[in-house]
Amino acid sequence: MTVSVPPSAETGGGAWQPSAREAERRRYRRSRTVRSVLIASASTLVVIAAVTLAVVSSPGWPRVRRTFFNPEKARDALPAVLDGLWLNIRILLIASVMIAVLGLTLALMRTLRGPVFFPLRAFATAYTDIFRGLPLLLVIFLLGFGVPALRLDGLPQDMVVWGGLAIVLSYSAYVAEVFRAGIESVHPSQRAAARSLGLTHAQTMRHVVLPQAVRRVMPPLLNDFVSLMKDSGLIAVLGVVDAIRAAQIETAIDFNFTPYVVAGALFVCLTVPTTRIADYYARKKGWYGPGTLL
Amino acid sequence: MSLLQVEGLRKTFGDVVVLDDFSLSVERGQCVVLIGPSGCGKSTALRCINLLERVDDGVITLAGTDITDPRVNADRVRARMGIVFQAYNLFPHLSVADNITLAPVRVHKTPRADARRKALEMLDRVGLADKADARPDALSGGQQQRVAIARAMVNNPELLLLDEVTSALDPELVGDVLDLLVSLRRDGMTMVLATHEMAFARDVADRVCFLDGGRVREDGTPAEVLESPTQERTRRFLARIRERRPIDAE
Repeated sequence: MTVSVPPSAETGGGAWQPSAREAERRRYRRSRTVRSVLIASASTLVVIAAVTLAVVSSPGWPRVRRTFFNPEKARDALPAVLDGLWLNIRILLIASVMIAVLGLTLALMRTLRGPVFFPLRAFATAYTDIFRGLPLLLVIFLLGFGVPALRLDGLPQDMVVWGGLAIVLSYSAYVAEVFRAGIESVHPSQRAAARSLGLTHAQTMRHVVLPQAVRRVMPPLLNDFVSLMKDSGLIAVLGVVDAIRAAQIETAIDFNFTPYVVAGALFVCLTVPTTRIADYYARKKGWYGPGTLL
Repeated sequence: MSLLQVEGLRKTFGDVVVLDDFSLSVERGQCVVLIGPSGCGKSTALRCINLLERVDDGVITLAGTDITDPRVNADRVRARMGIVFQAYNLFPHLSVADNITLAPVRVHKTPRADARRKALEMLDRVGLADKADARPDALSGGQQQRVAIARAMVNNPELLLLDEVTSALDPELVGDVLDLLVSLRRDGMTMVLATHEMAFARDVADRVCFLDGGRVREDGTPAEVLESPTQERTRRFLARIRERRPIDAE
C-alpha cells in the first residue's frame, strides 16, 4: 500500500496551514462530535419524553400536579421560603469557614510526628472518631437543648448559634479526614525535598504539602460543601425557621406540598452554580492536571 | 515497505511547536537512535508514534496502515507496540509479575496461568526471575526499568519505543539495561530509542538521527552521523557531549 504524503508545510511561526489530510481528519473528528452530541441529545429527549408521558398519563397525575406543582401556591410560598433560605445561606457561609479552619487544624494535628505531640494526635483522632460516629441530629439536640439547660450565665441563648456550632463540630470531623487523605497523598519525596532545603515541618506543610493537598481534595470538599448547604436546614429541629421549615409551615396551611418543591428548586439553583464555578476555576488553574488524550 | 513511516509530523503544545515537519522511516528489524538536545522533540515523537498524543499534522503509518487516521482503533494500535518510559511508570500497587501480566490477561485475553508462565520467562530473560512477587518500590531503578522493558516485550510488540530509558539510572545500573537492549536487538526486535548514550548509539544502532528544532537534521549510519556529521549544529552538539563525557573513555 502506498501512502500519500501531505505537502510538507514549510513553516515560519504563524505561517503554518493544516495539510489537506489534517483538514480531512479534523472534518471527520468534528462530524463524529456532532454525531455524538446529536445521539446524546436525542436519547436524552426520548428518555425525558417517556418519563414525562408516563407521569402525566398516570391516573393520579391531576391530583399530584395540584398538590406538588401548583403555580399560585408556589408564588404565595416563595417569600417565606426565600426568607428561610437566607438563614441557610448565612449558616452555610459562616459554618463553612469555621469547618475549613477546624478541619484543617485537626488534620494537621494528626500529621505531627514525635512523642511530644501524642496528646494532640490522640485528641484529633478521638475527635474525628466521635463526631463522625455521632448522628448530626443528636449533636444538634445535645447542644441546642442540653447546653442552655445548664443555665450557665453568659452563654448565648440563640438556637441558631447552638445549631450552627453542632454542624461545625460534626462536619469538621469529616473535612479533617478529607484533608488528611489529601496530605497523605502528597508523595514523601516532596516532603524530603522541602526538608532538605532546610524548611521546618511547619514551613514544609504550609508551602509545599498543603498547596498540593488542598488542590487534590477540592472535589470531595465541594461535596461536603453542598451537603452542608442542605444539612444546615437540620437546625430547624431547634425551632429555627429555615427554608425547609418555612415550606413545611406553608404546607401545613392547606396540605399542598408545592412549597417543598419550591425550596428544593431553590437549593438546586444554589448548588449547581457553586460546583460548576468551583470546577471551572480549578480546571482553569490547572489543579486537575493537564487534560490529556487518554 | 517500512514498518514505521513518519511523514511531516507536526505537534504543538499551546504556542510551542515541538515537532515541525518531522519525518522518519524505520525498517523491520532496525534499531534507530534519536539524539539531540533536550526539548528537541525526541520524547514527543515517540509519544506521537504510540498515539499517546494527537498529532497536529502529518502521517504515521505502521506496516502500511495510517494510524493517525481518526477511524483507526487507537487501543489496538497501541497494543501492537511497546513503549518504555524514562521514569519506568510501573504500577506501584501491583507485584512485578502482575505488572507484566496485566496487558496479556486483560487486553490479549491470555489465560492467567499462561500469562504468568510467560511473565516468569520474561523476568528470567531480564535477570529478575527471583523478583516476580516483589513490589516495584522494593526494586532498584535499574531493576524497575528492566521490569518495564519486560512488561513492554511480553506482548510481542512489532515495534519497541524507548524514551531515555537509562537517564534516570546511576551509571552502574545503566549497563544492565543496555545489555538487555543489545540482546533484544540481536533477536531482531525493531526499536526506536531516544537516548544520550552515545556509545550505545555507535555500537548498536543501525541508524542515528540527530533532531533539532523539532525535525530530523541528520540521518545516517552511526559512523556518518557521529564521526563525520555534515551539519554544523550536529558537530556542536556532539562536541558538547564529548566534552562532558569522552565517548572513547567508556
